[in-house]
Amino acid sequence: MAYDKFTILRSTAVPLPIENVDTDQIIPARFLKATERVGFGDNLFRDWRYNPDNTPKADFVLNNPVYSGKILVGGKNFGSGSSREHAAWAIYDYGFRCVVSSFFADIFKNNCLNIGVLPVQVSPEFADKIFTAIHSDPKAELEINLPEQTITLLPTGEQEKFDISSYKKENMMNGFDDIDYLQNIKGEIEEFASELPF
Amino acid sequence: MTKTLFDKVWDKHVVRKIEGGPDVLFIDRHLIHEVTSPVAFLGLKSRGIKVLYPERTFATADHNTPTINQHLPVADPLSANQLKALESNSNEYGISHWGLGHQKNGIVHVVGPEHGITQPGATIVCGDSHTSTHGAFGAIAFGIGTSEVEMVLASQCIMQPKPKKMRINVTGKLSKGVTPKDVALYIISQLTTSGATGYFVEYAGEVFEKMSMEGRMTVCNLSIEMGARGGMIAPDETTFNYVKGREFSPKGEAWDKAMEYYKTLKSDADAVFDKELTFDGSAIEPMITYGTNPGMGIGISHEIPNAEEVEGGVATYNKSLGYMGFHEGESMLGKKIDYVFVGSCTNGRIEDFRAFASIVKGKKKADHVTAWLVPGSHIVEAQIKEEGLLDIFTEAGFTLRQPGCSACLAMNDDKIPAGKYSVSTSNRNFEGRQGPGSRTLLASPLVAAAAAVTGVVTDPRELIEDEGILSSVINKVKDLF
Ligand code: SF4
Repeated sequence: MAYDKFTILRSTAVPLPIENVDTDQIIPARFLKATERVGFGDNLFRDWRYNPDNTPKADFVLNNPVYSGKILVGGKNFGSGSSREHAAWAIYDYGFRCVVSSFFADIFKNNCLNIGVLPVQVSPEFADKIFTAIHSDPKAELEINLPEQTITLLPTGEQEKFDISSYKKENMMNGFDDIDYLQNIKGEIEEFASELPF
Repeated sequence: MTKTLFDKVWDKHVVRKIEGGPDVLFIDRHLIHEVTSPVAFLGLKSRGIKVLYPERTFATADHNTPTINQHLPVADPLSANQLKALESNSNEYGISHWGLGHQKNGIVHVVGPEHGITQPGATIVCGDSHTSTHGAFGAIAFGIGTSEVEMVLASQCIMQPKPKKMRINVTGKLSKGVTPKDVALYIISQLTTSGATGYFVEYAGEVFEKMSMEGRMTVCNLSIEMGARGGMIAPDETTFNYVKGREFSPKGEAWDKAMEYYKTLKSDADAVFDKELTFDGSAIEPMITYGTNPGMGIGISHEIPNAEEVEGGVATYNKSLGYMGFHEGESMLGKKIDYVFVGSCTNGRIEDFRAFASIVKGKKKADHVTAWLVPGSHIVEAQIKEEGLLDIFTEAGFTLRQPGCSACLAMNDDKIPAGKYSVSTSNRNFEGRQGPGSRTLLASPLVAAAAAVTGVVTDPRELIEDEGILSSVINKVKDLF
C-alpha cells in the first residue's frame, strides 16, 4: 500500500518510557476484526488510553495535551509480541511517522518499514537524553534526517547516526514497497521455483 | 565453509541477494487465517495481481471462531465478516480453505503439521508470530506482517535480511513433572523477552533429541517469546516418522528423494554460531509466570524476585506486578485462581491433553474454577475422544470445547474477565491478552491440571503419585496415523 515519502521530519515527540511495549498494548486483539485498513488510530493503545467505559485515562500520555507530534519515543524492546501489522497501522493512522527506541522487536520493525513508519534505533543514553529533554520541555523538537541517517535533539544539537539498509532507505524516501520490487523479478522467481525439489 | 542447519535451509531458498538490503527468500508453504489476510487480498486486488502459486498457500479459520456451537452461524458480525472474507478470497484465488466446521479445521500451527504441510528443510510463513512452531521439523518458519502476506501471495517471496544465529543446548535429563513447556519458559526467563531478538535459534542437546514432535513444537512455538524470529531443531527419526505418510508429505520416490535432502539437515560439526548457550535440563522445575511478559517466569517453588534482581527498569517491573496484583518476594504456590485454559498452538495437541488427564484422573475440578479445554484441531478433538480422555475429563467435571485459538488471544467470546486469574497453557501473559483486565499465569498442562483440581497454584509433582502412570499416559498411542 502506498505511503507518504519520508525524507526529513522535524517535530515534537510523545514520550512513552515503558519497556517491552507489546503489540497487544499497541492494538488489542479485539480491534483486529476489520477487513479493511481504516480507523486503527482510534484504538491505538486502547486499554492504556481509555477506561472500560470509554472515558479517557487522564494519566496516559496520549491524553495529555502537553505532548504531541509525529514522533513516538518508546522504551526498550518496543513492539514485542504478536506479528500483527495492525500495530504499525495504528501508529501511522494516529499520525506518527517515526518511532524512536533503544531497541525494537524484529517483526514490528519490519512491519513499520513496510508501511512507511520509520523505526529509529538510538543508544540507551541518547534515548534517556530525549526523554529528559521532552519531560523538561514538551516543545523540544527532534529532527530525523533519513538521507543523512541522523537524529538530532534540536534544543541541544546532540546528534546520533542510525542504521537502515540502503534498500529500505531508498524505499522510504520514494514511497516504494517490496511488492513493486518483487513484481519486477517475477521471471527470476518462477525460474527459481521450477528448480526447487518441492 | 561450514554451515549451520539454518544456513543450509536459508541459502537454498535465496532467489537473489540485494546489495545493502535484504535477501529475496522463496517461501515453500504459506499459511493464512482470517485476521491478518483480508487486507493483503485487498492490496492484491487494488494492484490487479493474481496469486502466483495458490497451491502453496493454505487457509484455515481459527483466530476469532467460536469454540461452542460451531454449527450455528457466527454471531459476531465482524468475526463473521472476516471468516467470509477468508472463504471468498480463498475461493477466488484457488486456495485450499479449511473453514469453520471443515474436518481439517483447527489452529493454523496445529493443522499444518497434522497434514504434512510442514516439512523438514522448508521455508514456511504465516501472518502469526507463532509460526515458529513449524521449526520443530527443521524448517525455517516465522511470523510475518500483512504487507508480507501480500508479498507471498503475489510472488511467493519475502524480503528479509538474514538473521544472526544462536544455538541453545539443553543437556541432561528432565526431572519428574517437567515438560517441554517448562523447558521453554525456563529458557525465556533466562534470556528475557528480548534476549534473542535478531537471532534465529537452533535447539540442540539430549533434552530435545529425546522430545516428541509435540514437545518440540511447543518449544519452537515459544521462540518468539524471547524475541527470536524463530527456532528450529534438526530433523531425526522422530521427525521422519511423524512426517511420513501424511496427506501433503512426499510419497513413493518423492519421499526417498526428500529423505536425501532431509538427512543433510543438521549443523556441521564445526559450524559457527553468533551466540551459543548451554543449560542443564536437570535443573529445570515446573515453571509459572508471575508478570506481564513470558520472560517473567520462575520455578514454581521459587519466590517472585525483587525489582533489583531483574534486568530492566524498576518502574516497568512494578507496573507489571501491580497489574497482576502480586508483590516481590511472594510465593506463587497457594495463590487462588479463577480460570484454567488448556489449548492454543503452544499446548493444544494430544500430548497436552494426555498430560492434563494424567493429573485430573480420578479427581474433581475445584468448584470455583472455570476450565476451558480447547483442542487445537478437530483431529486432536477426535483423538481425545478415541483415547478415552474425554471420559476422564467428564468424570472429573470438565467439558471439552471445539477447536480454535480461543482464550489465547480472546478475539471470540472466550475472554477471562477483568481482574480474574487464569492458569493458561498458551503463550502470552501480556496485559489484557486474554480479555481486558485479565491476569494470566503461563504454565504447562500439568501445572494447569494441578491448579484446576486444587483451585490454587499447586506444584504438580505433589499430585503425580506414580511417575510410571504419568509417562505411560503421555506415551500412549504416540502416533495414531
Ligand atoms: S493459538 Fe494463539 S498464538 Fe496460536 S495461532 Fe492462535 S492466536 Fe496465534
